[in-house]
Amino acid sequence: MTSPLQLKSVSKSFASKERPILAVDNVSFTLTPGKVTGLIGPDASGKTTLMRVMTNLLIADSGHIQVLGLDMATQGHAIQSSLGYMPQSFGLYEDLTVQENLDLYANLQSVPLEERPKRYKILLEMTGLQAFTQRLSGQLSGGMKQKLGLACILIRPPSLLLLDEPTVGVDPVSRRELWQIIYRQVADEGMTVLVSTTYLDEAERCYEVLLMHEGKILGQHKPADFNKTLTGRTFRLEAKGILYRQLLTQLEYRSDILDASLGEDNIHLISAADTPFDQAALLSDLRLLKHVTDLRITPAPAQFEDVFIATLKAQTTTLSPPKKIKTVINKTSPEDVIKVVKLERRFGDFVAVKGISFSVRRGEIFGLLGANGAGKSTTFRMLCGLLPASSGSLSVAGHDLRTASATARRNIGYMAQKFSLYTNLSVSQNLRFFAKAYGLSKSRQAERIQWALTTFELTDYQNSNAGELPLGFKQRLSFAAALMHEPDILFLDEPTSGIDPLARQEFWQRTNALAETGITVMVTTHFMQEANYCDRLMIMAEGQVLAAGTPNEIRQLATTDNQAMPSIEDAFIHLIEEHTPPQDITS
Amino acid sequence: MLQAIWALSIKEFLALLRDKRSRAVLIGPPLLQLLVFGYAATFNLNHISVAIYNEDQGEASRQFISQIEGSPNFNIIQYVSKNSDIAPIINNKEALMLIHFGPNFSTNLQKNITAPLQVILDGRNSNTTMISLNYIRSILFTFNQKWASEHGSKSLPSTLQPRTWYNENKQSSWFIIPGIIGLITLIVTLTITALSVAREREEGTFDQLLVTPLTPLQILIGKALPGIIIGLVEATVIIIFAAYWFDIPLRGNIGALYLGLLLFLLSAVGIGLMISTISTTQQQAILGTFIFMVPAVLLSGYATPIENMPEIIQWLTYLDPLRYLLIITRGVFLEGDSYTLLFPQYWPMLIIGITTLATTGWLFQKRVV
Amino acid sequence: MNSAASARIRLKGMLIKEGLQIIRDPSSIAIAFILPVVLLFLFGYGVSLDAKHIPIGLVVEQPDTNTASLTGSFSQSTYFTPEYFHSIKAADTALKEHKIEGIVWLKNNFSSQLLNGQTPDIAVLVNGVNSNQAAITQGYIEGTWVTWLQHYANLSGHAFKPTVELEQRVWFNPALNSRLYLVPGLIAIIMTLIGSLLTSMVVAREWDRGTMEAILVTPLHINEFLIGKLIPYFILGMGSMLFTVTLAIWQFDVPLLGSFWLLLLSSTLFMLVSLAIGLLISIVSKNQFIAGQISIMVTFLPAFMLSGFIFDINSMPEVTQLITQIVPARYFVAILQTLFLAGNIWPVLLANMGALVLMLIFFAIIVRKKSTNHLE
Repeated sequence: MTSPLQLKSVSKSFASKERPILAVDNVSFTLTPGKVTGLIGPDASGKTTLMRVMTNLLIADSGHIQVLGLDMATQGHAIQSSLGYMPQSFGLYEDLTVQENLDLYANLQSVPLEERPKRYKILLEMTGLQAFTQRLSGQLSGGMKQKLGLACILIRPPSLLLLDEPTVGVDPVSRRELWQIIYRQVADEGMTVLVSTTYLDEAERCYEVLLMHEGKILGQHKPADFNKTLTGRTFRLEAKGILYRQLLTQLEYRSDILDASLGEDNIHLISAADTPFDQAALLSDLRLLKHVTDLRITPAPAQFEDVFIATLKAQTTTLSPPKKIKTVINKTSPEDVIKVVKLERRFGDFVAVKGISFSVRRGEIFGLLGANGAGKSTTFRMLCGLLPASSGSLSVAGHDLRTASATARRNIGYMAQKFSLYTNLSVSQNLRFFAKAYGLSKSRQAERIQWALTTFELTDYQNSNAGELPLGFKQRLSFAAALMHEPDILFLDEPTSGIDPLARQEFWQRTNALAETGITVMVTTHFMQEANYCDRLMIMAEGQVLAAGTPNEIRQLATTDNQAMPSIEDAFIHLIEEHTPPQDITS
Repeated sequence: MLQAIWALSIKEFLALLRDKRSRAVLIGPPLLQLLVFGYAATFNLNHISVAIYNEDQGEASRQFISQIEGSPNFNIIQYVSKNSDIAPIINNKEALMLIHFGPNFSTNLQKNITAPLQVILDGRNSNTTMISLNYIRSILFTFNQKWASEHGSKSLPSTLQPRTWYNENKQSSWFIIPGIIGLITLIVTLTITALSVAREREEGTFDQLLVTPLTPLQILIGKALPGIIIGLVEATVIIIFAAYWFDIPLRGNIGALYLGLLLFLLSAVGIGLMISTISTTQQQAILGTFIFMVPAVLLSGYATPIENMPEIIQWLTYLDPLRYLLIITRGVFLEGDSYTLLFPQYWPMLIIGITTLATTGWLFQKRVV
Repeated sequence: MNSAASARIRLKGMLIKEGLQIIRDPSSIAIAFILPVVLLFLFGYGVSLDAKHIPIGLVVEQPDTNTASLTGSFSQSTYFTPEYFHSIKAADTALKEHKIEGIVWLKNNFSSQLLNGQTPDIAVLVNGVNSNQAAITQGYIEGTWVTWLQHYANLSGHAFKPTVELEQRVWFNPALNSRLYLVPGLIAIIMTLIGSLLTSMVVAREWDRGTMEAILVTPLHINEFLIGKLIPYFILGMGSMLFTVTLAIWQFDVPLLGSFWLLLLSSTLFMLVSLAIGLLISIVSKNQFIAGQISIMVTFLPAFMLSGFIFDINSMPEVTQLITQIVPARYFVAILQTLFLAGNIWPVLLANMGALVLMLIFFAIIVRKKSTNHLE
């Protein structure tokens, strides 16, 4: 079987003000037929450009591309006609219904009329959209949109399928369903799939992985082979008497540890390549910390995320050593700064939030988990005073921000789900604006802007337009803007959605450090692994609270006989499926 | 909180002026419109194409023709020699007007018998037709008076001594160009303000703004200021162009003009922000602006006099702020008006401004909710 | 399945999709059917260049029978709504306050001079700010005065005969009703809005929303995409044209003297030119906001200002006249005014349609060249 996709020395550059940007730099690879290959790389590594070059949407400057036996240079349109491609935006017409979108693509692919009913039935069942055929696709949740986008492409199953970050902003349940669909296509139709993603657990499931960085392909291997490169360098650290995220702050700055991240009820360590750490020395260093007991380091299997970080992490340590840990486990001032009682929000007949109650203590990282449309963002918007509650009561630092005076909003910082700073203002102009909007004094403004630029390493970008920043930097800027006025309470709505693992780690390091200074953080996320950074979690579905507690308590909810050590993700899916019986996806 | 309002205004300015394309939209079209409108929009006709069918051999018709030749308004393009040639010339738009001297034109005049002068006009564009007819009438008027004084046995029982005030040579550019000040200022201010809230809403930055300690009123002021300031700047540029490039006399009180502009901008900004607050997307905002602007311009008296409109529509024009500003700009430029005479134009704009801004504030509070 | 059959199915898919989107988006319907009604009513009823009932001030310092006969001529005229003043000062103020447009001033020695056989002066003052209106007002005043002269001559016994009498014949629009030419011209404006403004925005939207990226990577060819966009908006534009024509004929009593089929043919040509320009704008801008701004600037404003719709092209400076030659609406306005008011005047129709055909070919070639299956 010949490969459906071959690239030889393909390059693509874009003209820019200062210098041409080489987005794809001399890329060559051959895709293994009938398998799923992952295209992995940090933000702005050229993944989308590469996808577009392979779909004839952009013309390569040089090199040779062969798709399904066709030559890109001469048979571009024939290539576009035969492969399947889902762009990041899913390519759906939001003012058409689900059925109308399917009809459109069936027509575009000239699927004979008599075959359509059967095909529609299969696709609708597979995607679980049977009940929504008459709904406008713009009114579907993110996960449903993405499944519909996939269904539109699968109307006539292509032998080569290209998916550009299909799972960005999609909850774990929907992600799992999407992958089931993809793997079924591969199994049934012998389809070859190339999928770009920032979820490294997805990469781990791929047959092969292409690792891309700064326009170059760094390697093409099976995930296990990638993982082998780290043999002997990955460890698990366990301890008692301290919060893991607090312990983490003591590890991040060490030069003998390349990376430390939170695992499920442990800390995952990668030792530095040149200067691997000495276990005994590390343990004795850590024993100096107060209250810490039962320290234990054991070797752990390498994961693909480790490979990614080990390959791409800048060797220069970005963080300065932390200050002494101020507070210890179970903070002594369990004062509730956010109190929510029977909060409800209705939109017409639809109840988005159904009488939930919870409270958040000072200095706590409180996580809100849930599928798309679970009511997380609505809850956030109510807490920030952007949306009135239909009933129930809420207080944030003693105020209901809807009715409190405007100055009460000085206590909070808010980072919206979508990048929402002024795209055509520069980084420093954005920061200055928010500093002034929060009424900081002149000298304080300069001080805080300087702080933001250095802390978030934005100095090089201070005159760039915010809209033109790489995704990870946009997220840093939003974070910085929300912190300009040093709020007591931070609301972060999916702050890590769509950004790469390195940027995600940096983000959590910063959040962790903030929490240590006594700031209360309320955060939503789709990355279940990140839930481990939270002190307490609340899992929501359809506007209701399914469970609440510490990560350990949540994990225990899913502990069964055949799964002794469930992850937060397992627990989450378990809770969701218990709440709504799963559709029979495999039928 | 003055600082925060000012910060918001500065942010609006930066957002408008940093982007090359939106800067171009702010500067290019207004200037282009000024030039195109300034030169193209004229009701003065030059070189009206005339064909002559002269069956008369006498001196009188020759005299008349030489008067037409001497007029800058007319351009004789063809002499016709038979009746059947007339229709195609008019039909095919070769000439707008045909002047027919009958065989006895001169003899009749000599005998003191009324001589008919037949004029055939293309009425397809009735406005042009009417203006040309007016021109030919005034040539005839002078011809008659001259003929009567030279050949007449008895002079006319009275004479008419017409004088035109303010625009002595009846140049339509003197009428149109001061109007452009209002027109362009309205277009620019409306587009800026109508897009301002809608854009923030579409881009999601609005939420970020609302979680700051700024109150809705402060946000409203911060958004209104750039519109007013940019409107004033654009208006000033056009005023300078009008006075020095197009040589329109500026006879009245500049302060009175700027007071009018300020009140006008207040009402324009109020309307723009109201459209913006109602719209959820930029496309809706643009469409809303369009739907307001077209009638507002047509009913303002910019090109066609309000007095010619039916009474009901005349009442409607009182809601149009551009109506008042046009009287002010033309009044100050040509008639030399000052504050007292323009007072009846000031207060309606103030009322429109306050009403729309208050409504916007109210909608704002409601929509934000 | 053969390739022609699948191309047909793809096109059908595009057409259904566009049709649904038009039906769901109130703004297309608003531009196609509501805006025409608003514009028609404004131009048909509101905006008029025809001056009637001009308010003028008559200053009679010493009223008597002679002055009464002159002022009577003014009150009888439908062109004027006279107001009487006893002093020029009062009239002056009224003129300044825009209560009147002109003044006819009969001084206190008017009658005595008239009776003595002297020639009294009648001073006429006109507010010239609106030059057009001023010229018309002055013309009417002169006309009324001549009428009075004849009347007075008859009364006083000695026959007065004006030397040359104007015998005017206005063809095509004898009553000089401005509605009759503004309303047909509006069709060009409305079709420009649909063909260029609306079309450029809806095509640009495909780029804005990322749907272009998805449907280009299907068997759909860019030409099929363009045709799929052209046909629905062509139908919408023609529908709006027929709607406007219907309203013009039955609601606004505009005669259609020429052939309906020629109207249909020339509208088709103009609609295609507008669509080609709209497509070109969207291909170049790929962004709704910019597409909208460019459309207003290069199609809507020229159609309004430079097409001969309101302002006469022959009176513009040479350079501006040259610019009007590349404004398609100019040719269509000429066709419309001729077809509606004058009939099938072939030389006019052929010349203007020829120009439209040339423009169509020109823009079609550019659109064809600029459109690719790529994003850049």
